[in-house]
Amino acid sequence: MSDFKLNNGLEIVVIPDHRAPVVTHMVWYKVGAADETPGKSGLAHYLEHLMFKGTTKNPGNTFSQAVAAIGGEENAFTASDYTGFFERVPREHLKEMMAFEADRMTNLVVTDAVARPELKVVLEELNMRVANNPGARLDEQMDAALYLNHPYHRPVIGWHHEVEKLTYNDALAFYRRFYTPNNVVVVVAGDVTPDEVKSDAEATYGKVPVRAEIGPRVRPTEPVQDAPRTVTLADPRVEEPSVERYYLAPSAATAKPGEEEALDVLATVLGKDANSRLYKTLVMDKGLALSAGAFYSDSALDYGKFGVYASPKPGVTLHTVEAGIDAVLDAVIQHGITADELDRAKTGLIADAVYAQDNQATLARWYGAGLTTGQTVAEVSGWPDRVRAVTAAQVQEAARQWLDIRRSVTGYLVKSLHGEESRS
Amino acid sequence: MIALGRAVSLVVRKHAMAGLAPCAVAVTLALSAGPAAATKIERIVSSGGIEAWLVHETAVPLITVNFAFAGGGAQDAAGKAGTANLMASLLDEGAGDLNADAFQERLDRKAVQMNIRAGRDHIRGTLQTLSENRDEAFDDLRLALTQPRFDPAAVELNRAQILSGLRRQIKSPTDLAALRWWSTAYAGRAYGEPVGGTLKSVQKITIDDLKTYQHRVLARDHLAVAIVGDIDAAAAKAMLDRVFGALPAKAQLVAHQNVPPQGLGQRININLDVPQTVIDFGGAGIARNDPDFFAAYIVNHILGGGTFSSRLTSEIRVKRGLAYSVYDALLWYDDTAVFFGSTATRADSADETVELIHKDVRKLAEDGPTADELAAAKAYLNSSFVLNLDTSAKVASLLVQFQLDHLGVDYINRRKQKIAAVTLDDAKRVAKRLFGGGMLVTVVGRPAALASASDGPGTAAARVPPLLPAAIGGGDLH
Repeated sequence: MSDFKLNNGLEIVVIPDHRAPVVTHMVWYKVGAADETPGKSGLAHYLEHLMFKGTTKNPGNTFSQAVAAIGGEENAFTASDYTGFFERVPREHLKEMMAFEADRMTNLVVTDAVARPELKVVLEELNMRVANNPGARLDEQMDAALYLNHPYHRPVIGWHHEVEKLTYNDALAFYRRFYTPNNVVVVVAGDVTPDEVKSDAEATYGKVPVRAEIGPRVRPTEPVQDAPRTVTLADPRVEEPSVERYYLAPSAATAKPGEEEALDVLATVLGKDANSRLYKTLVMDKGLALSAGAFYSDSALDYGKFGVYASPKPGVTLHTVEAGIDAVLDAVIQHGITADELDRAKTGLIADAVYAQDNQATLARWYGAGLTTGQTVAEVSGWPDRVRAVTAAQVQEAARQWLDIRRSVTGYLVKSLHGEESRS
Repeated sequence: MIALGRAVSLVVRKHAMAGLAPCAVAVTLALSAGPAAATKIERIVSSGGIEAWLVHETAVPLITVNFAFAGGGAQDAAGKAGTANLMASLLDEGAGDLNADAFQERLDRKAVQMNIRAGRDHIRGTLQTLSENRDEAFDDLRLALTQPRFDPAAVELNRAQILSGLRRQIKSPTDLAALRWWSTAYAGRAYGEPVGGTLKSVQKITIDDLKTYQHRVLARDHLAVAIVGDIDAAAAKAMLDRVFGALPAKAQLVAHQNVPPQGLGQRININLDVPQTVIDFGGAGIARNDPDFFAAYIVNHILGGGTFSSRLTSEIRVKRGLAYSVYDALLWYDDTAVFFGSTATRADSADETVELIHKDVRKLAEDGPTADELAAAKAYLNSSFVLNLDTSAKVASLLVQFQLDHLGVDYINRRKQKIAAVTLDDAKRVAKRLFGGGMLVTVVGRPAALASASDGPGTAAARVPPLLPAAIGGGDLH
C-alpha cells in the first residue's frame, strides 16, 4: 500500500493486487449532498450525472465509448460527504482513464439540450429508488427527523419538489466551487505498482491546476436532542409492517478512541445475523418477529447512525415487537455482553477485513470512503487491530451512552386503506 | 446502474466415474501481458471420482467453493412450487446433531460463510472460509448437504419468512411484472411457477416433501464444483470426497419438454397505484449450445447490454430521459431460452416507452446492426471478460457456470475466437431470428387515464438532443 500527494494537492492511494490483470480506478471528490445550499437538494447527485456529458477535448460520450471499447465498467455514486467516479479496466488502460478523469475534473461542458433529459432521468431514478418503495420513503422521513439541524437530514437524491427545479447552471456553479484537484482522493487498486501509478498520475492529474481553495468542511451541528421522535408512514401497498429505530451516534471520524470499534461490536452482537441477540430473542425464542437486526453506519464526516429493526410475525403488533427490542437493548445496557459474544463478534469483524482482501473494488471503496470522511490511510488499515482491542466494558459503555431514546427516531411502516393516503 | 438478470442454464454433466485415475488438465490463461500471474485452471478428480475445477492461488488466505446440483424449482412437484427454495434455505438451519441455533453458532465461531439457494434449474451454493479454518468449514458443508434436519421449528420459521416475502411481492410493481411475464410465457409449465412458490403452494409443502426433494436432487452425478484460493490439488481432492462423498450416486430428475415462451405479441396491463410504471418485455431466446449463440449474445448486447451506449439506453434514457435504467439480457435454461428486459417510467410515458422498445427491437430484427456496432460489441465482449476474474467468488462462480454449460476446461482460451468468428451477415441473420418473433410485454402501474396523478413533472416528451452520451447514474444513497 502506498499513499502520496501531488503538487496540486491531489492525494493518491495505491492498493496492489496482482491476481488478475485488472485495475479499479476511483476518483473521490470530498463533496456530497451535505455540502449543498439549502433549497437545492439533489444538486451533488445531479452534477454526478452531468459529469458524463463530455468536455471540449472529449465531447459527448467519448469517455464512455472509450471505456466500452476496452471492455471496461464505469459508474458513479453520490453520498452525503462524497461523490465518486470509477472505471474498472484491463490494467494497461489505467493511464488513459486517468487522462479522461483529469480532463473532466475542470473542463466539463454542459448544454441545456443534454441537461434537460438528464434531469428527467434523475427524477425517474428518484421514482425508482424512493417513490415506488414505501420502505425507502420511511427511511427518508426518519433521517429528516433524526438530524434536527445537520444537513444529513436531506436525502442524497434530493426532495422531488427541489430536484425538479434544479438547473445545470446550479450544477456548474457547484462544480466550479468543489471540483478541483486539491479536493480529490484517487484510489487505484489492482495489478499496478505505486511507481507506475505515481508517474502516470503526475503526467495526467499533476497537470490540473488548482481552481478553488477548499476551506474546512464545517456544517451546522446538532443541538442537544431532548425528545424522542416517532414517524409513521402509512401506505396501501405495505403488506408487511415493520419498525425501525435510528439513534444519533458518532462517526468513525468523530468517535473517541475505541468508541467506533465498540459500536461495531455492539451492532454485531445485537443484530448482525441469526446468532445475534435480537434475532435469537425476537425471532427464535419468543416467536414475535420474522426478522430482526441492527446496524451501525460510521462512514461519515460528522455523525454516524446506529439502527435496530424488526418485522413482526402476523398477528403481533408493532408495539409488542418494539417492546421486545427495547428489552434486548436494556439487557445489554444493564448487564453488558458475554466474553463469548465479544470473541465471536471480533472473529467475524476481523474476518470481514480478510474477506475484503479478495475484492479490489471493496478495498478501494473502504479507503475512498474513509479518506473523504476524515480518516487517514493508517486509521483505515488499523481497524482490525482496534477491533481486537475492544473490551466488554467498552461495549457496555457504548450501549449506555449511545442507545439513548432522547436522541432517536422510531419509524413505523404500516398499511393504510386506499383513500387515507395523502400522496403516493 | 444496470441490474442484469443472471444467465442461468442447464445441464447434465457427464457422470464422474468412480475409480478413474486422477487426471489433471492444466490450462493457463494468458489474459494479458501484465505482471499478474495468469489464472491457472486445473481439472481435478478425487479418488472417489468427484470432479472439480481448481484455481490454486495463495495471495489471500481464503478458500472459496462454489457448487451446483442440477435440480432447482423446475424439479418441484406439481402444486408444491417453492419446495426447492424452502429446502435450500433450510440446509444451514440444523444438520447432524446440531439444531439451527447450534449450527449457525458453529459457522459464526469460525466466520464461515455459507449460502445455498435454489434457482430454476439448479441448487447453487458457495462456501467461503479463512484457509486456517478450512477443516471445520468443509465439515459444516458436508453436514448441511448430507444430514440436514428439517426440524419443525426451523421449517415453520423459514416458511413464515418466505410467505412474508411473497406477500410483499403482491404490491411490488417489479415483482408483479416479472411474475406475470413468466406465468404467461410458461403457463402450465414448470418455468411458469415462481421458484419461491406461491402463497398457496408454500403452505402445502410438508417435511416429507423437503426430504424427498433432498434425496432426489442432492446427488453426485449432476454436481459441478469449483474451488478457488489457498488450497492445493491434493487437499482439494480430499475435500471433495469429504464433503460430497456421502451423497447418493445418482439423482432422480424429472425430464421436461423443451418449450419456447408463449403469449408473444401480447401486452398485459396490471393496475397498481404507484408513481412509476414497470415494464418487462421479452421473447424467445437462443440455447447456449446453439451454433448461433455468440451472434445472439452480440446482437443482444447491441440492443440492451451492459454499457451506456446500447440502443435502448441511448433512445430511452439518454435522448428522452424516460427511464433511469433499461436493459435486456439473454437467459438460457435447461429446457428453454429467452431474451428478457425491463425498464420503469412515469405512467404518462409508459405507452411511448413500450412503443420505443418495440421499434428498436423491430429495427434491429429488420436491418441488423451496423458494422461499427458489431466491431464495438465484439471488442467490448472480448476485453471485458477479464473483469470477471478479479475475485475468488467471481472466478468460482464462473467456473461452475462453464461446467453447467458443458464448455470444457479450455473454454476461456476459445471464447475469443468464437466472438471473432461472428460476421456481419451472421449478426443480421441472428438478429432477425432472435428479435423477429415478437414479444410478450407486461406493464404494472397506474392506468393511462390516471397518469396525471403522477408526481412527476407532466412535461411533454423531451426533444431529441443532437449528440448524446450515455450517462451513468448511480446513487450510492447510503
